Amino acid sequence: MKKLLWIAIALVGAFAIGGLALHRGESINAMWILVAAACVYAIGYRLYSAWLAATVLTLDDKRITPAIRINDGRDFVPTNRWVVFGHHFAAIAGPGPLIGPTLAAQFGYLPGTLWILIGAVLGGCVQDMTVLFLSTRRNGRSLGQMARDELGPVGGYAAMLGTLVIMVILIAVLGLVVVNAMRHSPWGTSTVFATIPIAVLVGLYMRNIRPGRVLEASIIGVALLLLAVGGGGWVDGHPVVREWFNLDAVTLSWFVIGYGFIAAVLPVWLLLAPRDYLSTFLKLGTVILLAIAVVVLRPEIRMPAMTQFIDGSGPIFGGALFPFVFITIACGAISGFHALVSSGTTPKLIGNERDIRLIGYGSMMLESGVAIMAMIAATLLEPGVFFAINSSPGVVGTTAEAAVATISGWGFPVTVEQMQLLATQMGESTLFARTGGAPSLAVGMASIFSSAFGQHMMALWYHFAIMFEAVFILTTLDAGTRVGRFMLQDALSHIWPKMGQTSWYPSVLMSSALIVAGWGYFLYIGVIDPNGGINILWPLFGISNQLLAGIALCICTGILVKQGKIRYAWVTGLPLAWLTVVTTVATWQKVVSDDVRIGFLAAANDIADKVAAGTMSEAQVAVAKQLIFNQRLDAVLVILLTLILWIVIADTARVCWRVVRGLPVLPSSETPAQVAMAQT
Amino acid sequence: MSDAMNTRANDAVRSAWKLFRALTTDDAYENYLAHHRAAHPGMPALDRRAFFVREQSRKWSGITRCC
Repeated sequence: MKKLLWIAIALVGAFAIGGLALHRGESINAMWILVAAACVYAIGYRLYSAWLAATVLTLDDKRITPAIRINDGRDFVPTNRWVVFGHHFAAIAGPGPLIGPTLAAQFGYLPGTLWILIGAVLGGCVQDMTVLFLSTRRNGRSLGQMARDELGPVGGYAAMLGTLVIMVILIAVLGLVVVNAMRHSPWGTSTVFATIPIAVLVGLYMRNIRPGRVLEASIIGVALLLLAVGGGGWVDGHPVVREWFNLDAVTLSWFVIGYGFIAAVLPVWLLLAPRDYLSTFLKLGTVILLAIAVVVLRPEIRMPAMTQFIDGSGPIFGGALFPFVFITIACGAISGFHALVSSGTTPKLIGNERDIRLIGYGSMMLESGVAIMAMIAATLLEPGVFFAINSSPGVVGTTAEAAVATISGWGFPVTVEQMQLLATQMGESTLFARTGGAPSLAVGMASIFSSAFGQHMMALWYHFAIMFEAVFILTTLDAGTRVGRFMLQDALSHIWPKMGQTSWYPSVLMSSALIVAGWGYFLYIGVIDPNGGINILWPLFGISNQLLAGIALCICTGILVKQGKIRYAWVTGLPLAWLTVVTTVATWQKVVSDDVRIGFLAAANDIADKVAAGTMSEAQVAVAKQLIFNQRLDAVLVILLTLILWIVIADTARVCWRVVRGLPVLPSSETPAQVAMAQT
Repeated sequence: MSDAMNTRANDAVRSAWKLFRALTTDDAYENYLAHHRAAHPGMPALDRRAFFVREQSRKWSGITRCC
């Protein structure tokens, strides 16, 4: 009976995916995507993750987890599985799964959707669950420590360096997304700015007025944020005040850089922690709201299954379907960053090993579902509108007329009037060239929400969506800067021990400034790049995130082999092989491609030729020189990243070879069963 | 009969509320006090404010947020 049910689910899923793939019409209902996703997740969770838990990892609910054994009331606390699930999901799901699918929608809805589903079920969920399991069996050790303990120092250093680089790139690209969403948008900018004093107010409330009353304070804060969205509308309508917030991208990037530095050195209770509570509330609330609205409304998907841009000529980012769809969508399919959370706070809260399946595999499945919803929100827009919002002027032309002509010429008809009407509805002066994914996602969300919950509030919904994205992008930005600062302080302490004191102010200021300068540089260059920095930064981020996943999967595979489970090593080995192929091919193309929109060096040479031709003004030459340097730097960076991955793979292969030959390897760092079983 | 149903409904609401408070870490101080009394009887516990500030700086010294 049960078998019949699962066969039926498999058939329905296969039918839905087949329908998605073979459909060739004007539009297709989002229900097809939802049904396909639900069936894939059901099968992945019920069958594959159960098999992983029972056979590959052999979860043992009789073992005492570190949370119970150590239970210090601080880090190690046995916690209800649903509470851990919620915290883990809130930790892993940031803006990534919303932005990646939106950008990848330039290939059509099909490639991204398939990768999100297959990548999550066979890759991302497996990585998260395995790392969580390994860390739980090792007293909640971090990924870097596990790499050092099990493989040797090479893996450990690689993981640390990889983390630092990915952090810098990630913050830069997220900063760019916020800047593009706020550029010349007084409503958006004033709302996002208002979130800062609101967070400070909530912080003071939680510390001084009613200490620790998180729930009360958050409810007040969320109410204030909603007021700020409305207040932004007032600002936008006021002839004088609106100009204060009508800022260009370069000014905004300096604001973001200055903000990042201040936020990183302020005490966490004042700004970071309260804003994180608000952003988590908003995030979960909006995701639930979006899910309800999508299921209730079942919107039509207007984007074709596949567009002509699979050949690499896409306007949002250059590069062919393979490998770039797998680079663009990292979060939502497989994200190496999760391995850091899965080996950080979460394993110390697990009260029973059995919960690892729900928390590790399940949370990632939910994040994948968020990515699917982002894909739906992006592809329900008219494709012409989608490309008009997301294409940079360097690609489609600087004027509105030129842009609509180019985009309509691709076979995605759009008119200036249509874009103007949409901009007016959203309370913006223009929606052309708002690259980065956030604005088009906000337009998509606004149209879903307004048809579900009130048509005339379109502009409010749009700016609510912008505020919602900005709030947790800013959280990621200062949380990331802080973590980067700690890692840098730790590294510098090897040279000068005093630098390692995390509360010594000169060290705090210096290391924060270094980290902010790192991402600030990439952000600034991204802003001044006429082709839009997203084309450069997002693939760089994708490659570094997939590289981190590669390192995590190496560690998992190495440990499985060491435990004598070589016949199951494909479970993590296969996703590792796939990511290695994808990142290596992408790196190769990013370096050697002749296409100036793909190859870093080709782009550098192209700009250099233009400078040599002598047709540029002095100011343009100055910018051009910075762009040339940046393209060359990016080429070096991406080669370095891929080299790190290959070194870790070689090191893992060395360890596996020694295991197979029966040669000595580092002992297992797993907590011995006697210790784990001894206390009851 | 209806009394029993009432109690059941009350219990359900109460446990949902408890779960919600745990999810938002609104109950962190109560948990800390309970743990502190059990683990270190007789030792003075931190007050709400000191505990809150300590918890925040502890939470944000590692990787707790992702992309």
